[in-house]
Amino acid sequence: MAEKINLEVVTPKGPIVSEEVDIVTAPGFAGEFGVLANHAPFLSTIKIGTLRYKKDGTEEELMVSGGFCEVSNNKITFLVESAERGHEIDADRALQAKERAEKRLLQAREQQAKIDRTRAEAALQRALARLRIAQRQ
Amino acid sequence: MASLKDVKSKIGGVKKTAQITSAMNMVAASKLRGAQQKMEDFRPYTEKFNQAMSSLSANMESGQFPLMEVRDVQTVEIVIVTSDRGLCGSFNSHIFKAAAKLISQYESEGKKVSLVCVGKKGNAFFKKTGKVRKSHTDIMGSFQMFNARSIAQDVAANFLAGEADKVHVIYGKFMSVAVQRPHMEVLLPVQPEVSESEDAVTKAGAAAGDYLYEPSPTEIMDVLLPLYMNVMTYHAMLETGASEHAARMTAMDNATRACKDMIKDLTLLYNKARQAGITAELMDIVGGAEALKG
Repeated sequence: MAEKINLEVVTPKGPIVSEEVDIVTAPGFAGEFGVLANHAPFLSTIKIGTLRYKKDGTEEELMVSGGFCEVSNNKITFLVESAERGHEIDADRALQAKERAEKRLLQAREQQAKIDRTRAEAALQRALARLRIAQRQ
Repeated sequence: MASLKDVKSKIGGVKKTAQITSAMNMVAASKLRGAQQKMEDFRPYTEKFNQAMSSLSANMESGQFPLMEVRDVQTVEIVIVTSDRGLCGSFNSHIFKAAAKLISQYESEGKKVSLVCVGKKGNAFFKKTGKVRKSHTDIMGSFQMFNARSIAQDVAANFLAGEADKVHVIYGKFMSVAVQRPHMEVLLPVQPEVSESEDAVTKAGAAAGDYLYEPSPTEIMDVLLPLYMNVMTYHAMLETGASEHAARMTAMDNATRACKDMIKDLTLLYNKARQAGITAELMDIVGGAEALKG
């Protein structure tokens, strides 16, 4: 594969990834999408999930939480609230977070506290995304 | 003249103060390093964010988004970001002054002003004006993005409810370790920066037509605008945080130096008093000896 695309993942804590890669797969608003070199200009919001990219045959996985991504001039930029590489994920913590979020969701359903619920749902999704990656490692 | 003992205990006291101030100086210096790092890490994010915002809003009417709606200004809200702690020189009072100026300017035009105070000091200063709508204290020590988000959400909700037609934010901008200035920005309605550099304009113009959007541009904007508020608020907090530590560092450095000067003066005084005492004693002895001789 000759042509590559420049991938950048930027979070409030600084740039996480800045590399030339072969393919990027990301959890977009309308489902997962893949981007190869010389993709048309594109802008999408990003959901909580797994960002995959392949570079010289090796695949890397990142857990990303909400944000958006922009593709232009053979460059793909992700602006997300947080991003974690696979080996950085603490599976035990994610499992605890999942259980906590599930418990809170249950409580929210019973008491119908709305604000808590959206937050718990987001927390649950983040925990699930982390667990998915952690299990593959 | 002060007695020897008084001067000596005063020297001791000033020395202890100098110890404290120089320790605070060092603590502020190391905290500043952390705060500055945090600020620098955040910079690429803001830059990319603003780029995307301006290229997106270049081909969109601002009227269709509630957060961008420019209304006839009747009520103004000012978000004042100050530090939680004192002992940082005139850092906070500069921010107060800038805020008070803005308040009186709006009030002379007959507009209603409400305040949101981030940081304890701002709340303490403006509490008695009765204008404080909400205050967020004790968060400047260690804050994360989600702290900024809850503040931004509250401010946005207030704007959308029509309680404020325009929202300003005032914070201590970090120019350098030696210079921090109060800085004012318009938070709402959102006006994305139109970058002046030609490159960005042509890029935005070229990009306008042929971008693919998922979901539609309007829906993306709906997601992006609240995020933009978070970014702005977080940025203001980061800047104030770094400025606070820098200001404290300078203030404590000055204090330590003043202490050292004082110790020098007091030591001189002490030595003089001691010398005078010895001379007086000598005179007594000589006088006594002379008397015996006679």
